[in-house]
Amino acid sequence: MPQTPMQSEPGAPVLRVENLSVEFPVHKGLVHAVKDVSFSIGRGETLCVVGESGSGKSVTARAILQLIAEPGRITNGRILLKDKDGAGETDIVALGNRGRAIREIRGRRIAMIFQEPMSSLSPVHTIGRQITETILLHEKVDKAEARRRAAALLDRVRIPNPEEALDRYSFEFSGGMRQRAMIAMALSCNPEILIADEPTTALDVTTQAEILALIRELQRDRGMAVLFITHDMGVVAQIADRVMVMFKGEKVEEADVFSLFEKPQQAYTRALLGSILKLERPAPRPPRPEAEKPIARISDLELHFPLNPGFMGRPTAYLKAINGVSLTINEGESVGVVGESGSGKTTLGRTLLRVYTPTSGKVDYWRGEGGVVDLASLSRREMKALYGEVRMIFQDPHASLNPRMTIYQIISEPLRTNTDMTERQMQGRVRDLLTRVGLPADISDRYPHAFSGGQRQRISIARAIAVRPRLIIADEPTSALDVSLRHQVLDLMRDLQAEYGLSYLFISHDIAVIRYFCDRVAVMKRGQIVEMGDVVQVCENPVHEYTRTLISAVPRPDPRLRLQMAG
Amino acid sequence: MFLFVLRRIAGMIPAMFAISILAYTIIQLPPGDFVSTYAAQLAESGTIVDSARLESLRDRYGLGQDVVTQYFKWIGGIVTRGDFGDSFEWNQPVTELVWDRMGMTALISLLTLIAMWAVSLPIGIYSAVRQYSVTDYVATIFGFLGMATPNFLLAIVLMYISTMWFGASVGGLFSPQFVNAPLSWAKIWDFITHAWIPILILGTAGTASLIRVMRANLLDELHKPYVEAARAKGMPETRLILTYPTRVALNPFISTVGWVLPALISGELIVSTVLNLPTAGPLLLQALKSQDMFLAGAFILLSGALVLIGTLISDILLAISDPRIRLS
Repeated sequence: MPQTPMQSEPGAPVLRVENLSVEFPVHKGLVHAVKDVSFSIGRGETLCVVGESGSGKSVTARAILQLIAEPGRITNGRILLKDKDGAGETDIVALGNRGRAIREIRGRRIAMIFQEPMSSLSPVHTIGRQITETILLHEKVDKAEARRRAAALLDRVRIPNPEEALDRYSFEFSGGMRQRAMIAMALSCNPEILIADEPTTALDVTTQAEILALIRELQRDRGMAVLFITHDMGVVAQIADRVMVMFKGEKVEEADVFSLFEKPQQAYTRALLGSILKLERPAPRPPRPEAEKPIARISDLELHFPLNPGFMGRPTAYLKAINGVSLTINEGESVGVVGESGSGKTTLGRTLLRVYTPTSGKVDYWRGEGGVVDLASLSRREMKALYGEVRMIFQDPHASLNPRMTIYQIISEPLRTNTDMTERQMQGRVRDLLTRVGLPADISDRYPHAFSGGQRQRISIARAIAVRPRLIIADEPTSALDVSLRHQVLDLMRDLQAEYGLSYLFISHDIAVIRYFCDRVAVMKRGQIVEMGDVVQVCENPVHEYTRTLISAVPRPDPRLRLQMAG
Repeated sequence: MFLFVLRRIAGMIPAMFAISILAYTIIQLPPGDFVSTYAAQLAESGTIVDSARLESLRDRYGLGQDVVTQYFKWIGGIVTRGDFGDSFEWNQPVTELVWDRMGMTALISLLTLIAMWAVSLPIGIYSAVRQYSVTDYVATIFGFLGMATPNFLLAIVLMYISTMWFGASVGGLFSPQFVNAPLSWAKIWDFITHAWIPILILGTAGTASLIRVMRANLLDELHKPYVEAARAKGMPETRLILTYPTRVALNPFISTVGWVLPALISGELIVSTVLNLPTAGPLLLQALKSQDMFLAGAFILLSGALVLIGTLISDILLAISDPRIRLS
């Protein structure tokens, strides 16, 4: 491994940011995205910048490479990068965002990896082309040499068959593989600083653990400084040397990782840590009744999607999205379904609501007015009658509320289709519901865009409980929310459960949320349930190999419990 | 890739079949059979009608038999012998009349398509990258004007301008002395000096909408994470825009051939009639007016085939340009 000539001491700052301010002019006035932030980062050090959405952490990272999107601009401060000979410093702010000088730094001295591995690589160029391009941009080597180096890099980030992988396209890779390719691209010119903007947020926990280990290992090899942006305190505890906490564009606190978790100085940091530690333990819950009364019983459910259009319209291969699932949900119970992407957990929830019609199996549902029906074989019309009793809460509160409808229209919609209430009655009901989910009652004339993610999810919940449902299928209801909001939303759902006797099928990839919220949990993998049982039992003494891997891959918010990483 | 092309060609067969049925329905639409129409025309012009000849015509096209048999006689002749029937008006086999004309139509359409792409692509890219700049607004105004102006009006205005101000002959695709001359450099040059007018007229509306399409496509791509990632690698801005977002935005652009080509071919009918071009359009119109149905049917069938072939070519281009289509 060719070491970059470096005369500065290990640990001496390679980058100093002084009084950085970034502003975005908006319709009326200015948004101060970053306000007077100063920090430095040393060779071989990992600085985590942590904060919730809107804290300015991503903007700070982009400012360092002069990548702030129009019309934002750096209004104050200096970003000083130590020169290679160690003598002087270059002020990146003074270089501007175009021109040769800043391009010489981008990709060569400071490289960046991004959150979305799905869309951070061009879909129409091969992986190899995109990596060699970076090398050819910055170094005087020929194409063959660049290609040889690209293959070595892919090998280094442990992509199998690197030579062959060079000629493939990003959409042929899984999310984890794409992020590895992205890392290989970032490292192609041996940068001194790597900026990682939420590089594992879009990945499954087991993949996240691998990528974190890889970044750690590469950093040790090369003595790189890593600026790691994340919202996940668990990841911080795993990877940081030092931590900077940001809130609304300002730096709240900076400390080494152990002191920060042990003795947070500022109230905001304490609150942030508190809301995470709260999710580390199950919420207190009433004991289950002796004799359980089932509300829904899924037996041997299967759902197959054709994989190819097939010759003459007859498919020859099937994706077994749900492959023989049996699960019972009892009255007043919360059953969690946990699994990684592609495990079939979301499909399971949707199949219960007949978004998909199952290939085989039964879903017995005990109706409120008595009688049992099979959800798997009901006609569309019969199913419609049940939409008042079985409802859904979706993951993305930004996409699941129609932006052209007022809050009143959104919440009253199920009332309109499922009940005979008059307009006046509905208005009263909507006011009650809004108050019940912790929102002011006078917002019903406003549109969803006026609300934050957490508030929108409360609106979704209000819509779901409007018709007094009995079973709610909640698909990742907290995944798009900041951590400090998660337990609030979960507590609200739990209160409503006690009040209305609701049952939940709670789908999530996040084992901590499941442990906090659910009574029982089913672990899904490739369309099957591999383990099922009491939530505490499964989390503390997992039996199945996969469950164990899944649980141990979750980064715990305690730096003393660092995973012993490879190497 | 080979399989992809094969599947597309297979998909064209039912489409071609549907077009042929449509064409034949149009042939059948006029009241009475076309032999009686022919006889009536002959009688009108004072020619003595030879009843034996009429009988042989009836026999040849299977008149008197059911429609399905007639259709298969007609299409069978086309597929096996390239025989489109006879034009009663011109008293010639249709084949001798259509190929030159269809060739000109194909040539003009192709040239127009290329001109449209060559103009709209750079303007569209520029409009997107410099969104809301003066140039963008100018392109937008031109775009809406171009889309809103009817072809025939543009044709008349251009004819007026070039005859009155430049004294150029604008009708047709060749100057009179070249019409029947053998192919030579001088003839090609003469063609170019004539062809730009119909190309300009035909291409204006399409160019205008393609600029909008390219601008919208590219605006969608410009803020994608892969563009930012490429910028973070240290790529120069112009090269970055052309290599990454433009490349991706080009794919929907290529597939616009599917709707641009039919518009071109039907627009060509009007423009060619106004400008009196030796293409298929005026002859088709004439054939329809005089109920010369085999000639009209042949034109409709061949125009349909032209659109299908154009679409096939755009599908293949798309597959070459976009690995997501090629590989999945």
